[in-house]
Amino acid sequence: MTENVGQRFDRLPATPDERTVEGRATRAEVVGYFEERFGITPETFDGYTFWEKGAGKIWVYAGEAPSPVELEALGMTCLRTRQEHWKPTTDAVQRFGRAATRNVIDLSREEARRFAAGEDQELDWDGDWGYLIAAHEIGVGPEGRPGRDGASAERRSADRSSEQSPREDAVERGQREPLGVGLYLHGELRSMVPKGRQRDL
Amino acid sequence: MEPLERYRPIVDDFEAFLEACRRPLGIAVRVNTIEASVERATAVLEEEGVAYERVGWNPRVLRLDTDSPGATWASFHGFTHTQEEVSAVPPVVLDPRPGERVWDACAAPGGKATQIAALMDDRGTVVANDNNLGRLSALRFNAERLGATSLAVTNRDARNYSLKPFGFDEFDRALVDAPCSCEGTIRKNPDALDDWSEGHVHSVAGIQKGILRRAIQATREGGTVVYSTCTFAPEENEAVVDHVLAEEDCRVVDVDVDLEHSPGVTEWDGEAYDPSVEKAIRIYPHQNDTGGFFVAKLEVTAP
Repeated sequence: MTENVGQRFDRLPATPDERTVEGRATRAEVVGYFEERFGITPETFDGYTFWEKGAGKIWVYAGEAPSPVELEALGMTCLRTRQEHWKPTTDAVQRFGRAATRNVIDLSREEARRFAAGEDQELDWDGDWGYLIAAHEIGVGPEGRPGRDGASAERRSADRSSEQSPREDAVERGQREPLGVGLYLHGELRSMVPKGRQRDL
Repeated sequence: MEPLERYRPIVDDFEAFLEACRRPLGIAVRVNTIEASVERATAVLEEEGVAYERVGWNPRVLRLDTDSPGATWASFHGFTHTQEEVSAVPPVVLDPRPGERVWDACAAPGGKATQIAALMDDRGTVVANDNNLGRLSALRFNAERLGATSLAVTNRDARNYSLKPFGFDEFDRALVDAPCSCEGTIRKNPDALDDWSEGHVHSVAGIQKGILRRAIQATREGGTVVYSTCTFAPEENEAVVDHVLAEEDCRVVDVDVDLEHSPGVTEWDGEAYDPSVEKAIRIYPHQNDTGGFFVAKLEVTAP
């Protein structure tokens, strides 16, 4: 077994059998983590490769590169491994977290505001403790239903005036949007939004 | 504004030009279609009570009625990215397609590189390079915030750039948004002309020529290279394109963008340039109430 080289991107092995670096996560484990913890299906990551640079720092990439490769960044950081509880990044959760079906805590607008500002808050949650995806409903139009992607303004106003819209069912899940990663412990949701990403909204 | 006097002979309605350069610039954002459609982004802005206006030439660019475009939910979620309106022109002219290999030679702080990724549906390889490590950290921050997974980031001198680290040896397209004297950013940055000197214009032109030549060399035959600056100086614009036409295998092609603009100049300061540089576009602040920009589109030809 060899060691992780800090300045280099190495593609994750597909499975433990192909692992050559001690302690390195496999693609199967990474995809499995997102599925098991958040219900994000493995197909979500078809077309992406996973890489390690820095101990336990996992990157998700859609482009081409040989392995190993030395450069500054490859896609985006998505996960911290090599610690007891794996932790996804805020940016990756904003990017892929819409597909989550488990361990998503829905926040009110005021709670979301505090979360985005980096504040911890006491909240009820009867699910698993640990890292959660914090989300809120946003982009819900003045009529109390979501604005539609891809429909023109004329089409939307036509939809509003008609009693029954053919696309009504397609938006029943609403416009839930992931905010980032929270750590839930002992009745408290801690915001994991990094300093540079925190905003007063 | 004094350095701008030299452009009196080439700018139509020069007084309107100067007047526009004195006015501060409005706030514009680009919708980051990696994270949200234009409909979704505007629905969020509407819900937040942030007024916006769509620009005519690009459905993904909005003028916002706010002084803090970063303090919106749309921005927090990565649906919008604050970017000067004319800065969004070069990637549109580059016209990259999903799955392609694209080089952004001077990419920091990443507005255009992430726009290229979005135009490619975040599918393919966008090699975002910059020689300045400090600015590169801004690029990485923006790329992650906007969810761009197709970016590979490098920190090299673009003039002798090697593709060796990658598994391929040429790009389909390249953008050279070159470091320049930044005269066109005067509305955003009133200090932009403080350090202006003709010597600086000439020295930066040398660097620009080196980077653009390398971009032509690194792009496949039939591929597209876009050269842009945010300055008015012909020494940094048409003269650079003229130089590269003489030294490398390429030709200037028409720029198709629905913004008012002027053609490239073919004569300046006693020098005549290749007549085809007229196909480049000059965007002046008084034409569309934006910053200033120069954009040339080149096609790589057979040796």
